[in-house]
Amino acid sequence: MKAAPWIHWIALPTSLLIWGLVAALLDTPLLPGPLAVLQTLWGEVRAGELQHHLGVTLRRVLLSFALAMALGTLLGVWMGRAPLVNALLDPLLVLFLNLPALVTIILLYVWLGLVETAAVLAVVINKVPNVAVTVREGARSLDHRLEQMAAVYHFTRWQRLAHVWTPQLFPYLMAATRGGLALIWKIVLVVELLGRSDGVGFQLHMAFQVFDVASLLAYSLAFIAVVQVIELAVLQPLERRASYWRQAGGRHA
Amino acid sequence: MLDLRIEPPTSCRSVLGTIVTDIAEGDRICLLGPSGIGKTTLLNVIVGLDESVPAGAVQRAPNLRIGYLFQEHRLLPWRTLRQNLRLVGVRPHEVEPLLAQVGLAGCGNHLPDQLSLGMARRAALARCLAVKPDLLLLDEPFASLDPQRAQSLRRLIGELLEARPRMAMICVTHDIRDAGELANRIWYLDGQPARLQWDERLASGGDVAGITRKLRSLEHKVV
Repeated sequence: MKAAPWIHWIALPTSLLIWGLVAALLDTPLLPGPLAVLQTLWGEVRAGELQHHLGVTLRRVLLSFALAMALGTLLGVWMGRAPLVNALLDPLLVLFLNLPALVTIILLYVWLGLVETAAVLAVVINKVPNVAVTVREGARSLDHRLEQMAAVYHFTRWQRLAHVWTPQLFPYLMAATRGGLALIWKIVLVVELLGRSDGVGFQLHMAFQVFDVASLLAYSLAFIAVVQVIELAVLQPLERRASYWRQAGGRHA
Repeated sequence: MLDLRIEPPTSCRSVLGTIVTDIAEGDRICLLGPSGIGKTTLLNVIVGLDESVPAGAVQRAPNLRIGYLFQEHRLLPWRTLRQNLRLVGVRPHEVEPLLAQVGLAGCGNHLPDQLSLGMARRAALARCLAVKPDLLLLDEPFASLDPQRAQSLRRLIGELLEARPRMAMICVTHDIRDAGELANRIWYLDGQPARLQWDERLASGGDVAGITRKLRSLEHKVV
């Protein structure tokens, strides 16, 4: 059964209300109310600061996301299809899965210096194992009956990739994307906090120095909103389009 | 058009035993045998899907085109019938005539899962025909269909064969009536490992009683 659309609009406004009430009751600069945060946000927008730092962070997120998805997908498919490669690389994969993001970031900054390459590379190294593990599951569950069909009917490599494999891997790629985006932008903030002089993470760092909670909240909420827009405008339509055929069973001709 | 010489070493516990035979143009073979004996395995060997069989065991005529109707339709469920046919090389204007041939006119934009089992099997049959096969392999094409639909599919396959006298066919089935209606040659596969216990061209089709008698005697012999 499908829930009514307005159900989606209960939890967030309620939280906003509670936040406002608690902030008004406590009346302390350590917990500014929604209005104060909105004012700070607007101030940053007018100064051009917010757009600049959001843009920088978004660029880092998208770049490292694209690299991590590409590398992780290649690695995952390869490991899922070739047992030898899987046996060889699996221990490494487990190692990197359990390597704390902070360690990668610090090591790369120490080795490469506080440069953009180190920042992006640190995020990619953190994310690739997650993507690889998810996609590997997908590659393992590829339907061998469709492989046989593709062999009998002499599908080209490109046809197999586009019409046989990608549709089967799609749910796994989608899962990796969803988890990926959320994880990556959080790591990017840490990377910026530790060794960059722009981006949302850097601004949070500055705000932390002076306990400027209003700025902290303004920047975080702004970026959460950006990620939400990506989810609604890109990911969900993409998923609806690609999984159209799944509902076909119910609508028999 | 195709020579078969499967000779597994006696030490090897393979499904198929020694099978030496050939398929000629116009052969309409019904492959009979108990369930799980290796009939599908034999089809897979013939089409080249079974990698445990040495490459020389199946000698195909150069450029031999094979159409294989699997037990399941094995159409890509995320592509429409039209897209499924286009993927095996059917040109856009040929899609509709091809679908009409198997009684699916106007279904080009349906997804496979929107079709009933019988319709999906017809669509898969259209894909077999799309490659203009010299050899058509059918793996239990009438299984799980109600008698009426099975009969109409049998009639359709009969007509398609008539229109292509040079095409050879191997049809796996459990029903001797299929053999009577479609076949001019019988293969009976049985034993462990499985061998062709009977390989004979029938003088005239339709002798269901004769085939039944012969099969009975074979079943007793193998057991």
